[in-house]
Amino acid sequence: MKIDSIVNGIVLDHIAAGNSLRIYKFLNLDDLECSVAVIRNCRSKKYGRKDVIKIDSIIDMNLDVLGYIDPNITVNIIRDGKIAEKKHLELPERLVNVIKCHNPRCITSIEQEVDHIFKLTDRENIIYRCAYCETKSDKEEIW
Amino acid sequence: MKHLMDINDLTLSQIDQLIATANDIIADKDKYKDVCKGKKLATLFFEPSTRTRLSFEAAMIELGGSILGFSEAQSSSAAKGESVTDTVQTVGCYADIIAMRHPKEGAPLAASKRTTVPIINAGDGGHSHPTQTLADILTIHREKGRLSNMTVGVCGDLKFGRTVHSLINALSRYEGNEYICISPKELVIPDYVKANILEKNKIEYIETTDMEEYMPSLDILYMTRVQRERFFNEADYVRLKDSYILTPDKLKSAKPDLSIMHPLPRVNEISVKVDDDPRACYFKQVVNGKYMRMALILMLLGIEVK
Repeated sequence: MKIDSIVNGIVLDHIAAGNSLRIYKFLNLDDLECSVAVIRNCRSKKYGRKDVIKIDSIIDMNLDVLGYIDPNITVNIIRDGKIAEKKHLELPERLVNVIKCHNPRCITSIEQEVDHIFKLTDRENIIYRCAYCETKSDKEEIW
Repeated sequence: MKHLMDINDLTLSQIDQLIATANDIIADKDKYKDVCKGKKLATLFFEPSTRTRLSFEAAMIELGGSILGFSEAQSSSAAKGESVTDTVQTVGCYADIIAMRHPKEGAPLAASKRTTVPIINAGDGGHSHPTQTLADILTIHREKGRLSNMTVGVCGDLKFGRTVHSLINALSRYEGNEYICISPKELVIPDYVKANILEKNKIEYIETTDMEEYMPSLDILYMTRVQRERFFNEADYVRLKDSYILTPDKLKSAKPDLSIMHPLPRVNEISVKVDDDPRACYFKQVVNGKYMRMALILMLLGIEVK
């Protein structure tokens, strides 16, 4: 399968196999006017199988969100056909308005203007808790 | 520290400082009677409370300050649909410090982002109630002379009891404390308390359904109420309810210097016959709560009394 090389754009590499469409949706990539290629289930030396997303334009991207979704993703910024920058993501300490708190007893359930803030409380087990009520995030619910 | 949302907002040295101030107030009340003259405490209670609101108000009055506020949401603009954060921002224009209770978890934290006035969490739903824990800590310190190396029995509803979680959390920062968690199987201590506090800090704990077996080993017995509505069926409740009622009989094997505590209100989980036992500390907790709130108000207002 041949996908044209990018001259100026972003490649999201090392996406866990099967996750690319979720990331595509979460980053609202279908709103872009440029070409976007989603490559699923390709071979990876590092992980066995992986997904890749190629975006034919350099766009602003919330790396905290991406880091939360999949901290193993590598973000390559391509300029003039070459990798100008390579970013390795990590789990962000704090997420603002990325995950919604679903605890009906939490203040965020009644106060519309209050930001939904989650803090990383256990890096090893990837556990985020609501800053207001300490409810554990449900990672599946953000997708 | 600008606000107090959770007991962990306080460092151990700040807790020591609060204990020292509270003890100094108890020893010389006159010295403190005018130190908050001209200062106003707003008690914003979006849900009813007897003890906590009156304790805060008594604390401020004894410091020479004034009080304003409301005791239920229906008598505030919340009844007209005003947001909590707007209400608190408005009150922050009138008061020097705010004590706030709200049924929603995290409401005081959300409010604290909208005002420059110090906010004290006076209870946010089932989440946190740090000034109750301060009252408990002062009581233990005054009774035992220490906050470390104790066997602490916690009994009753350990699943939903926020005061128990908060006390375990606070005492786990001191060395050598171990816990006997006494409850029906339906109301055992939640996994996150075990994982995040007890196991993470390698603290010894035993879970049991039998209060009497461990009674002789306890330095502190912290009772809470077992509520009927927590059980799936009535038969289990009836079978278990008396096991967690403290009576003089059950105290026969206890240490002579045991401290019996309860955050109150109690219903029937401590027999009134225990009230005359010199080891009963639950009404001392009420008094100590007021002194700790006085010390906290002074700390948050930055008032030093020589």
